[in-house]
Amino acid sequence: MNVHHPTTFDEALAAKAAGAVPLAGGTDLMVEVNFGHARPTEVVSLRRIDEVKEFEGRRIGSGVSWRRIENHGPRALAQAARTVGSPQIRNAGTIGGNLATASPAGDGHPFLAAVDAQIELASVDGRRTIPWDEFFVGVKKTSMADDELISAVVLPDSLPERHEFGKIGVRNAMVISTVCAVVTRDDQRTTVALGSVAPTPMRARRAEEMISAVSNPSDKDLAEFQRLVSDEVRPITDHRSTEEYRRHAAGVLSRRLLERCLR
Amino acid sequence: MSALIINFTLNGEPANARVLAPLSLLDVLRDQLELPGSKNACEQGECGSCSVMLDDELVCSCLVMAGDIEGSRVTTVEGMANGRVLNAVQQAMHEAGAVQCGFCTPGIVVAATDLFEANPKPTTDEIKEALAGNICRCTGYGAIIRAFEDLAGTT
Amino acid sequence: MTTRSAKRVSPVRDGVGSSPLRPDGVPKLRGEFEYAQDLTAENMLWGATSRSPHPHARILSVDIGPALAIGGVHAVLLADDVPGRALFGLEHPDQPVLASTKVNYWGEPIAIVAAEDEDTARRAADAVVVEYEVLEPDIDPEEADAQDDVFRRMKIRRGDPDAAGSVVVEGVYEVGMQDQAPLGTEAGLAVPDGHGGVDLHATSQFVHVDQEQVVASLGLRSDQVRAHPTGVGGAFGAREDVNLHIHLCLLALHTGQPVKMVYDRSESFTGHVHRHPARMWYRHEADDRGRLVKVEARVLLDGGAYASTTAAVLANACYFVVGPYNCDNVFVDGAGVRTNNPPCGAMRGFGAVQVCIAYEAQMDKLAEALDIDPLEIRRRNALHRGDPMPTTGQIIDTPLPVIDVIDSLAAMPIPDSAATLPGGSGLTTEKEHVRRGVGYALGLKNLGFSEGFDDYAQARVRITDDGAVVETAAIEVGQGLVTVMAQIARSALGISAAEVRHVDTSKIDSAGSTSASRQTQVSGGAVLEASQNLRDRILVHHGGDDLSDDGVLSEGEVIVPMAVLAAEGWSETVTFRHPPTFAPDPDGQGTLHADFAVAGHRAVVDVDTELGLLTVVRVDTAQDVGKALNPESIRGQIEGGILQGVGLAVMEEIITEDGVIRNPNFTDYLLPTILDAPDVEALLIEEDGSWGPFGAKGVGEPPTISSTSAVLAAVRQATGREIPRAPVRPEDIAL
Repeated sequence: MNVHHPTTFDEALAAKAAGAVPLAGGTDLMVEVNFGHARPTEVVSLRRIDEVKEFEGRRIGSGVSWRRIENHGPRALAQAARTVGSPQIRNAGTIGGNLATASPAGDGHPFLAAVDAQIELASVDGRRTIPWDEFFVGVKKTSMADDELISAVVLPDSLPERHEFGKIGVRNAMVISTVCAVVTRDDQRTTVALGSVAPTPMRARRAEEMISAVSNPSDKDLAEFQRLVSDEVRPITDHRSTEEYRRHAAGVLSRRLLERCLR
Repeated sequence: MSALIINFTLNGEPANARVLAPLSLLDVLRDQLELPGSKNACEQGECGSCSVMLDDELVCSCLVMAGDIEGSRVTTVEGMANGRVLNAVQQAMHEAGAVQCGFCTPGIVVAATDLFEANPKPTTDEIKEALAGNICRCTGYGAIIRAFEDLAGTT
Repeated sequence: MTTRSAKRVSPVRDGVGSSPLRPDGVPKLRGEFEYAQDLTAENMLWGATSRSPHPHARILSVDIGPALAIGGVHAVLLADDVPGRALFGLEHPDQPVLASTKVNYWGEPIAIVAAEDEDTARRAADAVVVEYEVLEPDIDPEEADAQDDVFRRMKIRRGDPDAAGSVVVEGVYEVGMQDQAPLGTEAGLAVPDGHGGVDLHATSQFVHVDQEQVVASLGLRSDQVRAHPTGVGGAFGAREDVNLHIHLCLLALHTGQPVKMVYDRSESFTGHVHRHPARMWYRHEADDRGRLVKVEARVLLDGGAYASTTAAVLANACYFVVGPYNCDNVFVDGAGVRTNNPPCGAMRGFGAVQVCIAYEAQMDKLAEALDIDPLEIRRRNALHRGDPMPTTGQIIDTPLPVIDVIDSLAAMPIPDSAATLPGGSGLTTEKEHVRRGVGYALGLKNLGFSEGFDDYAQARVRITDDGAVVETAAIEVGQGLVTVMAQIARSALGISAAEVRHVDTSKIDSAGSTSASRQTQVSGGAVLEASQNLRDRILVHHGGDDLSDDGVLSEGEVIVPMAVLAAEGWSETVTFRHPPTFAPDPDGQGTLHADFAVAGHRAVVDVDTELGLLTVVRVDTAQDVGKALNPESIRGQIEGGILQGVGLAVMEEIITEDGVIRNPNFTDYLLPTILDAPDVEALLIEEDGSWGPFGAKGVGEPPTISSTSAVLAAVRQATGREIPRAPVRPEDIAL
């Protein structure tokens, strides 16, 4: 058992290239360890690397905690951050860790999808930046190479004027989402991104297209938007909810978030 | 398997632990360092019973890899009282009848102490928000809330 | 003899009626209280359990070689290593200590290991190789019923089957499987005594029955096994049955070393029984004023793979099938069936919870059909002292203030509570999406063990240099028994220095189980009688007229100082029995219960009907407590019990799929957080006349009986939907 404690990102990348398992907030990895599903022997801790904790302008370092995003992030991302686990989890968990785990229920993902964020990946060979939809490739699967770490999330230079987050769960705190969503609206242009309704975070493009064409949506337009979102999502039935409910809730939640953006 | 010696500050004193496997800080506190006050009730960060302060931040010690605390400061429930005198949070809980089985109590003591250090007069909503990660199965939280409402009114 | 005052309440500090601080509060707050999880011993080994990944399978072979080959492993034991009785069980020993030919539920133990550390023990348990022939699991309780695969059938036949009312309401109701989820998982330490015997320190609600089961399976003499009360992190019924107790003692005697075992949370979900899932069909007939004419019901409980307490839970469900209401004609058929689902048994409320969900929904249906106020219809049917129980015909001869509970609820104002919106920090819901509903429910529960069980508790009171010491094996699970037993001793003796000390099974007879809301009444009864006897003996011996902290008094003067009394070694041991109960006749009739308690709840919920999300804003209650020995402790029981009821109403359910638990963890088995907890206003209704100490009744279970039903009634009112199921899920409201 060996744990590296680098203070520079380059050292961390070298350790990753040598096969070490990255440890950020520990909120996912340690659950795997505690349940006996993971038993890493070489670990590289990212906790002491100042570079990935930088949060400036539109660039959010991968090591920025949900607590900081809750307090300083753009509106809908801060709203999402507030629903991540508990205070304890938000102190420890990071946006980079959330991305790397790539759970379909990741609370931070819909915002990144809704604003077309880029994910910056790094390895000893250099850096590359890819759009969010190339990053997520399946349930808990990303397109990161074995030697790569996430260095940052890069938001677009200007964010949509209005953006709202919502998350459905059957408990008022500390809950995995049944459905979560972000809707953005800028002038007429609308995006809607959802989590927990497909193997990866997804955009409801047909619904976006329909509502973006309407300058002043009527109740009928909103209902149609809701219907299109429900139609487009691809949820499953599992122990947390049913396909039917998720489909319904995805539409309702998206419509409500859009209504908030229109106010 | 090679062992890792980690050095850190525990409740204000230098401490070290020998880590063979990817154990959690909670395991090391309880099994090696004879500090069983932090409780293991879910081992996945969903109950708060193992809450400790790690470098001034409230975290679940079950989700901290022991090998990752080299050079860090850890404060556990055993470090909350002032010697034999309960701290204000502990005293308030005692007087309000906020302890039943007590298994959640250490985590709540640590989380609430963190809250009151940052915010000596929290509102009821702030109290609830700060303790949303600490599950109590016995009390229904009523006495816990009353304890801290009383404390917020008097500190 | 001096004149004996049976109901003497001395004006002593921290006696009954006051709410002294818990004696275990400070150590718990400091993290110094010793729980079973925290025990250690020299040369201690760690135990772990190898469990079946299949709910139903034949065991073809077991290879322990790979486990034994791991360095640091001291023992791997199988069924053949059990020297005594191969089976255990709380009421009927039917469950293998270790499965050898067949597994009948997911997680059933097959092998146990002892190793030098916990990690090694767990790896060794995983390394045991079992070859299975996987069988189709029987998971449908209806089918088990049809095939007569039952632990017990219940039949209640009272009155005229042809009686008919002018109004008829019917319903089918369903209750999911709830977990007690005490925060402390199963844990214990067994220490061999070097002479073939063993000392067991393990999580428990009833150490004497653990001891008996260990003795039987280890094939030892009773005096060779001592079970010690130890620190317990909650229980709620989950610790009545043996789980790791026999395993620990087997490993300790086999290795000759102390062995410790602690279940992790997912293991805990397979390591204890759960609340029975239920399906219930009901038909109520009433006259045009809403008075019940006939109640017919069919109650089906899924007992899972082994008996545990299914027979008693089923009986309770059937005896309380009508609730606290008069009815002369009651016909019930009940079955507790065997399946390959997780074994079910005791949980707070013990059968009375499931039927309450059904009968209170039925009462609301009747009220609606007749356009009568929900509290008014309950008032018209309320049971009173002196009435026969609707199911068993037993005349209720202790106070039963059903009317007072109803009137109290009606009189309690509903504060205009601002509440967390449904969805909480998920920001799903705004004010305009919310409909508020208010619902009422009443619940009835027996106190103490029923049906002829010899229910007793022993306690000893001694005078020592520290004052009065109460010795008992009654388990403190967090409810505050250690506080209230000392209060009873103080008030009965007139001595304020009193404390409770737990002693092991060799030093005192059984206190019975910490369950059935019984310890304050039964162990408390033993403490009261022992204290009174001791006081009488001391006063007669020394010719005094009163006792105090200073010693024996005569006309206000100390005639014998306390130190002298301590040196004289005064001690009194009493075994207390509650009034006898009897087995039912074939129609379920008879004097079956020792005492009853009633509680009522009023729930206020905010429902986002479009998304099916809700917040339980408040749950107010009036509860029959006999005499409030410790009002703050009772409040704690009420608030905690209500939240467990709220949990069952809106979020708590073990989900099984083909017999496998899909959510054996706290990520997906959701417990209410502080943001889910309603405000609670509680009114305690005191009425003298119960046989408990100073007239006290048990208070632990009533808060959990009808709080679930009240929440469901409120959701029903807000949504206009039938809501025939607990927990209610978002899709049940929104779709």
